[in-house]
Amino acid sequence: MTEHRDVLLKGGRLLDPSSNLDGVGDLLIRNGKVEALGGTIGTPDGAEVINCAGQVVSPGFVDVHCHLREPGREDVETILTGARAAAAGGFTAVCAMPNTDPVTDNQAAVGFVLKQGRAANAARVYPIGAISIGQQGERLAEFGEMVHAGAVAVSDDGRPVVSAQLMRTALEYARTFGIPVADHCEEPTLAAGGAMHEGFVSARLGLKGIPAEAEEIMAIRDILLARLTGGHVHLCHMSTKGSVELIRWGKERGIPVTAEACPHHLSLTDAAVEGYNTNAKMNPPLRTAVDVEAVQQAVKDGTIDVIATDHAPHHNDDKQREFSDAPNGIIGLETALAVNVTWLVKSGIISLGTLIERMACAPARLFGLPGGTLRRGTAADITVFDPDQAWTVDPKAFLTKGRNTPYGGRILHGRVGCTLVDGRIVFKTMG
Amino acid sequence: MSAPLGKDLLGLEHLSAEQITLILDTAEPLREISERAIKKVPTLRGATVVNLFFEASTRTRISFEFAEKRMSADTVNVATSASSVIKGETLVDTAKNLEAMKIDMVVIRHASSGAARFLAERIESNVINAGDGTHEHPTQGLLDMLTLRRRFGTLVGKRVCIVGDVLHSRVARSNIWGLTKLGAEVAVCGPRSLLPTAIADFGVQVFDRVEQAIEWADALNVLRLQLERMTAGYIPSLREYNRVFGITRERLDRAPRDILIMHPGPMNRGVEIDSEVADGPHSVILDQVTNGVAVRMAVLYLLAGNAPALAEAARKATADD
Repeated sequence: MTEHRDVLLKGGRLLDPSSNLDGVGDLLIRNGKVEALGGTIGTPDGAEVINCAGQVVSPGFVDVHCHLREPGREDVETILTGARAAAAGGFTAVCAMPNTDPVTDNQAAVGFVLKQGRAANAARVYPIGAISIGQQGERLAEFGEMVHAGAVAVSDDGRPVVSAQLMRTALEYARTFGIPVADHCEEPTLAAGGAMHEGFVSARLGLKGIPAEAEEIMAIRDILLARLTGGHVHLCHMSTKGSVELIRWGKERGIPVTAEACPHHLSLTDAAVEGYNTNAKMNPPLRTAVDVEAVQQAVKDGTIDVIATDHAPHHNDDKQREFSDAPNGIIGLETALAVNVTWLVKSGIISLGTLIERMACAPARLFGLPGGTLRRGTAADITVFDPDQAWTVDPKAFLTKGRNTPYGGRILHGRVGCTLVDGRIVFKTMG
Repeated sequence: MSAPLGKDLLGLEHLSAEQITLILDTAEPLREISERAIKKVPTLRGATVVNLFFEASTRTRISFEFAEKRMSADTVNVATSASSVIKGETLVDTAKNLEAMKIDMVVIRHASSGAARFLAERIESNVINAGDGTHEHPTQGLLDMLTLRRRFGTLVGKRVCIVGDVLHSRVARSNIWGLTKLGAEVAVCGPRSLLPTAIADFGVQVFDRVEQAIEWADALNVLRLQLERMTAGYIPSLREYNRVFGITRERLDRAPRDILIMHPGPMNRGVEIDSEVADGPHSVILDQVTNGVAVRMAVLYLLAGNAPALAEAARKATADD
């Protein structure tokens, strides 16, 4: 019933790079699809009207990289809480990484994630299957069956694919199914025991560092294997100047490489670790100002295709411990838009249009997902947000179970007012 | 003047030159207490100090315990080794339990960098860092500085080279911060595999060859070379380390001036330092140990919120007891 109620988004700035759309107008949703858009649209009988004056109406954001922890750690996140947090952050679709317990490395596990995602009735949840069985880096998982069950990509994220031969095989085999192979780039012997970026801050704090080269060595290996195989390699959470230079090198040669960066790597440096702040501990670690600037520029010029959150909730008990023993990862679904607006758009590095391209259009396109567009006739996965609204980050107010954010107490700009999936309102704060 | 150092002593990086000088000046008269037949002043009578050692230590723990007892504090020693899995919970819970027992000060030694600060942020008691991971060991840095200052009169312009495994050394970090704040010139020397890649950012000179360090320095602080560094592959062998970086009589004989030799202990004789040097005329290694007690007394005293001027008075008053 409510599913089929018409929704009229009235007077917002319709901004959709996928159809070169940027102008104030109305957008009508009927039967879950974009029925009409642009200009003034009369209110159909019984339609819910949302006044979007001063708001941006954008294709819903798509996160190709998050950790929803179910099955295994339902105490820190479930697919339900994660999907709701995603909707609150303006995401209409998220891709769940397979490093669950048990690992999402078979068709039954993929089906479970999909089922829980549908039941959540919030952002769409797409499973990513493991590259190797148990993420052990030894035997390929059954890509075909997982894709048939609904997986949209494969990744051993959280762990790098150490064996170059396995990575080669994965890239070759994935071609049959037309899915990207997403890799967590980290040379494990260089990174072993590391707790933060290797530099002056790590030397001062007495913490074992992870050099930028640990990421870059694997990035170039993967790019070269993509050249060898013709398979689509997607490099997760790129964080260093060297990495983006290598990706640029690969793209200039037509190698099928795409890459993502995370809001935290676009906004914070390793200085955030000062005081042994475990909410600034993640992998890859926060890097230097030079790296942040280089990755920002790569987002601008398209070397970095998508911005993904790497949302990684952890229990407070796990984070409240000595830095070297605390787990890696921070939450990101409910701050991604604001961090990106604050550090990238307000600072003049990219336009709102480019931000929407990186957060909505490109991720949907690269992972072959519905959405990422406002085109007429497509599913109405839409985010309405106010890019100027300032708000103070209060971790206690998040819908995610995680509280592990380095942005707590910060004043950020850009707030989601309403999120619609299939034309249904799954999150709304605006009047 | 109350609590001139703040609540805790976690490291030397964030202390001012004035605060460091205050500790050293306070330590000077306190040295004398340990020379007496009755080595005790009532300064910290009624105060409870917990020595919380999560990592094996003999000399630092004993030095702190002497310092506490000579100031008449009540002390409790807790030596606990925790597996890395339960460490975090143990430390949070330990903090809460200690606080509930109404103690005044905690001296903590822990294998994780930042552990002392972690504890300090969670309890109201004063916390003294007795070595946290590879971060800092401030009282060791202070006793090294007191030793040098007593020999040289001043640290200004004096050249001190730290030799060895700087990468894993909390002593090195505390030395670098403290010495540079007090005007000394600081250098480090060791295999590059045992120096932080960002070492130059500390504002120190770097020598690749120990011969260059010896030619340059007024004093060498020779770090302990742990056997694990060889098994972990940082250096090929202890034997070669001694041949390339060992502080030997032969090397020191070629120095253009007398060089003071320090070592934070425990020594690996024949590895980073030869016995002839350790026991030789220019070694101040045992002075360091003596000064360690005085420096720790000074830190306890200052953190307890006492005015430094009273240190001398307290000594005088009790000298007649």
